[in-house]
Amino acid sequence: MAEIFFFIAGIGAIAGAVGVVTVRNSFYAVLALVGHLLSLAALFLLLRAQFVAAAQVIVYAGAVMVLYVFVVSYVAEGPFQSTPGAITGGARALAYLFAVVLAAELMIAMLGNGLEAVGHDGAPYDPGFGTPAAIGKLLLTKFLFPFEAASFLLLIAAVGAVVLARRRGSGIDPAFRPVLSVMDLVREERLGTMAETVHAGTGAGPAVGATAPLGAGGSDLAADGREAGW
Amino acid sequence: MAIGWYLAVSALIFTIGAAGVMTRRNPLVVLLCLELMLNAANLALIAFSRMHGNGDGQIFAIIVMVVAACEVTVGLGVIVAMHRRNLPIDVDELRELQG
Repeated sequence: MAEIFFFIAGIGAIAGAVGVVTVRNSFYAVLALVGHLLSLAALFLLLRAQFVAAAQVIVYAGAVMVLYVFVVSYVAEGPFQSTPGAITGGARALAYLFAVVLAAELMIAMLGNGLEAVGHDGAPYDPGFGTPAAIGKLLLTKFLFPFEAASFLLLIAAVGAVVLARRRGSGIDPAFRPVLSVMDLVREERLGTMAETVHAGTGAGPAVGATAPLGAGGSDLAADGREAGW
Repeated sequence: MAIGWYLAVSALIFTIGAAGVMTRRNPLVVLLCLELMLNAANLALIAFSRMHGNGDGQIFAIIVMVVAACEVTVGLGVIVAMHRRNLPIDVDELRELQG
């Protein structure tokens, strides 16, 4: 029974991976990756990693892929609609040659290493293996430092993503800053927050679409018409 | 099922992901292929964890998932910033840093 399940999930995972690489439309590539991740979660279940399988489905196939779908549909309506395909010519042949060599090398390293345990089913059955209780105990005792480091990494990534993808204030008149709430007194100018855009829209100053005198931060985006419309 | 089967699947997925990183020019798809490679490593880690009956490999896999989520967040932020600046979404066109 486990064999049938393994081959279904394994073929699904490999087919999903091939789909990600070959499909031209990046939206379908994301959907192929979702299928791949679900098959991979089934493989994790076969390996008795219940908690990791659940996290894979919820965090990866759920949250991260939603982020992907949003960005794909956001980027798709720009002036560069023609999505670039694969490279061509000699570089492509070289890339595939490298991939085949890599596959052969990995197979030799993993299957031809002569380790006896690789040919067996693994360790004997332990009812507590892979449960959330076991994982949580390990995370909070033996692996406390990696756990904390990972949480800091997540914080840094969240801040970095906001800084990278923020609106750089165009269409906002720096001379006209109405104080509507206490936060307006402490907020710096041109942070690209939603509040600034709202103020730019409600202000009685120059029209929103007119290019306001901009600081060094936003001048390169002053001519970007799409920004002003927000 | 013997552990070797899982390792073979993991090696194949890693190779497919590496081929995608090398051949595709859309940075979104390149990020997706990076995900494939990280997931192949996760599968190998969990297979070895099962082989030894030891939970450490699963912790490692969870940390890899966290790092992958961070990488996706920052990578997609870069792509959105490229889109905002009207740069082409094509890794072959972005070669200003070339010496």
